[in-house]
Amino acid sequence: MKKVVVSIVLAVLAIIILMTVRSLIPEFTDVTGDNVQSSEEVVVYSSRKEHLIKPLFDLYEQQSGVKISYLTDEAAPLMARLKAEGRNSPADIFMTVDAGNLWQAAEQGLLQAIDSEVLNSNVPAHLRDADNRWFGLSVRARTIVYSTERVKPEALSTYEALGDSQWQGRLCLRTSKKVYNQSLVATMMARLGEEKTAEVIKAWVNNLATPVFSDDTNLMEAIIAGQCDVGIVNTYYFGRLQDETPNIPLKLFWPNQQDRGVHINISGAGVVKNARHPKAAQQLLEWLSSEQAQEKFAGLNKEYPVNPQVTATEQVASWGQYKADDINVEVAGRLQVAAIMLMDRVGYK
Amino acid sequence: MTKIISETGFFDSQPELKSRKYFRLLISNGRLWVLLIFAMVVLPLLVLASSWLTIETEIWSHLYQTSLVELLKNTLVLIIGVGLGVSVLGVGLAWLTAICDFPGRRFFDWALMLPLAMPTYVLAFVSIGLFDFSGPVQSGIRSIFGSSDWFPEVRSTGGVISVMVLVLYPYVYMLARGAFMSQGPGLMETARILGAGPWSAFFKVSLPMARPAIAAGVALALMETLADFGAVSVFNYDTFTSAIYKAWYGFFNIDVAAQLASLLLLFALMALLTERMTRSRGHYHLARKKDQHRIRLVAWRAVAATLFSSLILAIAFVIPFIQLSIWLLQTGLRELDSRYLGLAWHSVQLALVAGTITLLFAVILAFSQRFYKERWLKFCVSMSTMGYALPGSVLAVGIMISFVWIDDRIAGVLQWFGISSSGPVLVGGTAALLLAYAVRFLAVAFGPVDTGLQTIKPSITSAARSLGATPADVVRRIIVPILTPGLLTAFLLVFVDVMKEMPATLLLRPFGWDTFAVRIYEMTSEGEWERAALPALSLILVGLIPVVILVRRSAH
Repeated sequence: MKKVVVSIVLAVLAIIILMTVRSLIPEFTDVTGDNVQSSEEVVVYSSRKEHLIKPLFDLYEQQSGVKISYLTDEAAPLMARLKAEGRNSPADIFMTVDAGNLWQAAEQGLLQAIDSEVLNSNVPAHLRDADNRWFGLSVRARTIVYSTERVKPEALSTYEALGDSQWQGRLCLRTSKKVYNQSLVATMMARLGEEKTAEVIKAWVNNLATPVFSDDTNLMEAIIAGQCDVGIVNTYYFGRLQDETPNIPLKLFWPNQQDRGVHINISGAGVVKNARHPKAAQQLLEWLSSEQAQEKFAGLNKEYPVNPQVTATEQVASWGQYKADDINVEVAGRLQVAAIMLMDRVGYK
Repeated sequence: MTKIISETGFFDSQPELKSRKYFRLLISNGRLWVLLIFAMVVLPLLVLASSWLTIETEIWSHLYQTSLVELLKNTLVLIIGVGLGVSVLGVGLAWLTAICDFPGRRFFDWALMLPLAMPTYVLAFVSIGLFDFSGPVQSGIRSIFGSSDWFPEVRSTGGVISVMVLVLYPYVYMLARGAFMSQGPGLMETARILGAGPWSAFFKVSLPMARPAIAAGVALALMETLADFGAVSVFNYDTFTSAIYKAWYGFFNIDVAAQLASLLLLFALMALLTERMTRSRGHYHLARKKDQHRIRLVAWRAVAATLFSSLILAIAFVIPFIQLSIWLLQTGLRELDSRYLGLAWHSVQLALVAGTITLLFAVILAFSQRFYKERWLKFCVSMSTMGYALPGSVLAVGIMISFVWIDDRIAGVLQWFGISSSGPVLVGGTAALLLAYAVRFLAVAFGPVDTGLQTIKPSITSAARSLGATPADVVRRIIVPILTPGLLTAFLLVFVDVMKEMPATLLLRPFGWDTFAVRIYEMTSEGEWERAALPALSLILVGLIPVVILVRRSAH
């Protein structure tokens, strides 16, 4: 009896192993790789999450007949993979969040410049690379969130003012390891200079009510629970929490309206240097920036469309109009290392 | 006492030549295989080491000036804390369930292994969700007492150590339990008859004899602690691993990341060698005793044992499981779609195949270490199990780069034959991923196989031979049966670990080969913990099956 069971188990195992053998090496669609400029397929490496891109890819596949394959991971490992694969890379498009990541990809020579009238007119100049290697596809603001129960909006003014003594023990921040904060600090450095920025960040750290959080949602929940009163978050996290609790005792505040404006960041993409299907890749990017796709692309993640012709969803619009910082987002990439070092020096973990 | 010191292995009474003959029955040329496995593991490590060719002084001096000392201190604290925690918890619980008898023992015997199915990052985010200031526990306390200020800070050193201990103690528990069970209570009785008190019998006899097994378990737990990035980043606790990721994701300097990683590896190697050296005084060969005469705990001792086991099980498994289920009910089953079947299938398929391959490698290594006396060979074996101490993504990138390099060579050879390939051969299929799993989890499989092998007395095989058994008989009727529990343990541990593995899976999976761990990543990387409940629960449930098998098997 026991022997029978053991042999059945081993047999099943053997069958599964045999079934896997086929997948050990990839299937090759086109044999030579050159000449055959098949526009039937586009391969995307994405650090934007699957549930935010798949619905659009599905739609595009339906409309155009082009097949889209994609692989999701963090930005840095995907860049390492692109670099290692070099000329043999199957990837056509690299898609990621945060301008800093896009700038890095361009800097490492992983992206190619594309000349597209459509993209140039759909994407405002400060949300794309000056050399046309990457393009923003959606916009998010990193702004102040406050408790409507314990904070009057009149008390708030700028990011810098969160370092004032009135916020002593009332401020919550996310870790400086998150690229969103690195980009925020990088643009502050570009606008205010290194010395002033260091003072501001130091004052923030002194005002912290509790050790920094590892994500924005926990941070907002801490404000609701009363651990602190103000914080800095990306708009879409607020939107998600709002979905769960419609009468949420939190509100977004748009700082620095008298000067540079609210810090914004993008998710975006570019065509990979050694893309096998550069034309098809460009067409996909153009479609993603079009009025037809933008509402959905931004809407799925409660972000702002990058295309000025398209309006944000009702919920996103309800958070109010604001003046955004129009510094080119690439500064986030250029100053990222300096920003991290600055935060390390003043003890922002 | 049953301690027998052996220098040569199974067949120390036989000349060298004959022992080779047995070995050929298992693997025709062991040295060659060891070298192959060694090369596979060392290639990615060499990729990391090659980073030292360029040294970025700016980043290094920045790290040195700002955070390096603190990171080292934090890492040391974490290692010591987790090491002590898993030892005490793992050994204590193993002692209770293997030697003693108390109400509920039969249940706890297997239930205490369940936390093994819980990925560290899942327990980390569940505990923060539950116990942080805004979580239900502290909110409840505030609504009753008005203040929860006395509640210890959850996102702290103590918090991260507790989470890691709760997830990792089963490694020690399992291996120690096996060792105690094979000692049997007879050993304790002998010690007691000779005048030792219960505590001194435990500390002077049982514990030292179980030491190789305990050490193997603690080593696994500590290597996983060193490599962990999930839990420490959820807790925002800065360790050496955080510096690696800062150098890579923040400074975009993969070289500095690789340099830091190779230093980490060096620490791990040193620790491992120290452990081996202090142990090399002799092997402990244990006789399996069948008499299941247990130490019966009565009165308050019995109550305490039951309460303690329940407490550990509750906080390490039951409560997180309930929290995940609540989240699942809150988000509804909207995440559940037809793709879940595919996710489950891919997870299981990868785990089964990787388990088989890794086990095969571990057996080859363990046997070679036993049979061949060359020092270089033993060194190769030790090095081959080092992959486990590296942070997953770093190892994954090392593996990817080395596989891409091999792919280029393959393409070159193919071209030579007039075939032009259209893309990578290894990377892009499951081959790269499966090998990556093997490299990463070789240590996990090696531990149980090696400890199993050490329990085979050389005198048993000699006796069998002198009674007329052929070498094939020895393998079939002695080695295989004694080794089977160890092999099964090794296979199932790797199975569960592969299911939980995230960074290498993300980086090296072929298009469309998403697993539960990939789904968890998709949700948690943007802080949507609640939506991760479905893949996390699925992963735990599928991971439970092997854990239950493991226990039923070893409980005999």
